[in-house]
Amino acid sequence: MLDINRISKTFNKGTVNEKKALNGLELHLKEGDFVTVIGGNGAGKSTMLNAIAGTWYVDEGSIVIDGIDVTRLPEHKRAAYLGRVFQDPMTGTAASMQIEENLALAARRGKRRNLRVGITAKERDSYKEQLKILELGLENRLTTGVGLLSGGQRQALTLLMATLQKPKLLLLDEHTAALDPKTAAKVLEATDRIVGRDALTTIMITHNMKDAIAHGNRLVMMHEGQIIYDVSGEEKKRLTVADLLHKFEEVSGGEFANDRMILA
Amino acid sequence: MNIMLLINALPGACAQGLIWGIMAIGVFITYRILDLADLTVDGTMCTGGAVCIMMMLSGYNVWVSLLVAFLAGTLAGLVTGVLHTLLGIPAILAGILTQLGLYSINLRIMDDKANQAINVDKYDLLVSLRYIKGVPIYKNTLFLTVLIIAVLIAVLYWFFGTELGCSIRATGSNPNMSRAQGINTDVSKIIGLMLSNGIVAFASGLYAQYQGFADINAGRGAIVIGLAAVIIGQVIFGRFHGNFAFKLVSVALGGVIYYLVLQVVLWLGLKANDLKLISAVIVAIFLAIPHLKEKYFSKPVKKGGASRA
Repeated sequence: MLDINRISKTFNKGTVNEKKALNGLELHLKEGDFVTVIGGNGAGKSTMLNAIAGTWYVDEGSIVIDGIDVTRLPEHKRAAYLGRVFQDPMTGTAASMQIEENLALAARRGKRRNLRVGITAKERDSYKEQLKILELGLENRLTTGVGLLSGGQRQALTLLMATLQKPKLLLLDEHTAALDPKTAAKVLEATDRIVGRDALTTIMITHNMKDAIAHGNRLVMMHEGQIIYDVSGEEKKRLTVADLLHKFEEVSGGEFANDRMILA
Repeated sequence: MNIMLLINALPGACAQGLIWGIMAIGVFITYRILDLADLTVDGTMCTGGAVCIMMMLSGYNVWVSLLVAFLAGTLAGLVTGVLHTLLGIPAILAGILTQLGLYSINLRIMDDKANQAINVDKYDLLVSLRYIKGVPIYKNTLFLTVLIIAVLIAVLYWFFGTELGCSIRATGSNPNMSRAQGINTDVSKIIGLMLSNGIVAFASGLYAQYQGFADINAGRGAIVIGLAAVIIGQVIFGRFHGNFAFKLVSVALGGVIYYLVLQVVLWLGLKANDLKLISAVIVAIFLAIPHLKEKYFSKPVKKGGASRA
């Protein structure tokens, strides 16, 4: 479903701030794979997702989604294949528009937008139905402005928007990191429900090692713009946080396991 | 100070305010919906009038002339849009560049003259300061401008409810999210700038007819008047939390209020030449109010104060 072939990206080339963020990264996903991604700060996790989404173009390598080479496609065209949820709850929704308007925008991802009415009565009913899966009561607040929602509600809504039209690939960039633990758990539950229901191919970045182990069928660890550890199936199920911490120390000489990871 | 002088001047002030209200609706599209400050309008507020008057002097029908004025405005918006999106020039600078270029173009349109007059007796004008009083209702400028505004608001209300219109609103609200939802934000911005400048040029065409001439300086400071109308409308009618159509109505009314205030100021004895300074001061004050409120009037409540809810 996804083939990342030896991609590289260097930011601020030729300056003192030069940073090689991706370094010949290689990753291949089968249809229905749910991969969790862990790694220290600056390991290139978010950079990898941005490369897939087309926030900028990669320097080298190619990205193929379901047989379609998207390496040279601009961000808004790749969006046809991708569902995205961001770390910052403010990023994924249009605050000045209503819940149903945001959903209607997402329902038209990858389609031509012309002078047809922006949201039909039939859509409204279906959104009401679909919002129920989030279990947040948003189904009764279709015309509420998104700016009035809490961070957790906005993340859950963004998740629904990302999957309203079944994407070929769902990209979750630490989408629960900015939420309090209780809300984060709720959004993660909703994530599991939706990903499970539609058998979505998913990449989920997380700083929480327990979450990384508990969710998905595969786990990869990144370091310095490359994947250094890749487990799946039974082996992944047997993993413990201690195993991962040990692995971290092995590759980084200890500096890796910062407080945030241990506490999480 | 003769109060009758003021009262007699009010219908004319209303008519001017309504025409500038149309212009302000154009500004609303860029400033509020797209979240861009577009200075192109200082040029297009002249271009529309120049095109309209020159076409009418050449014998074209008033509606055809206004349509071409609208199209000329969209063209100017297209230039700013391309400069801003495809060439990556900051929006304000892109607008200034187009506006500056338009100065030469406007002079060319007006046959290298700074001023082109049109005689209300010889040409069939849609609006004129002579059509304020003593004309049948269907010819009355106040009635016609209100009608035009009603139609314009209806069309915009429909447009911003369509898929395309929604994508433009989303672009202004959150460009990152818009791209993630497959919206080409460059195209959205260009369409918004074209529509906005088209409406401004249309208003300019009406304003030139109203005054009886097109003038190279007609657009000077237009953005400030447009912003004034948008902000006054928001400050006075914002508390009603109306829908999109209501917001556009309040922008148009903002234009009227602005001109009524100016009329009063003039009546109080200030010279017409002082108006630009007064406009700048008024807009600066209204723009500063939200900031001042936040910074100086929202101090945290002291412990044990009346904060218990």
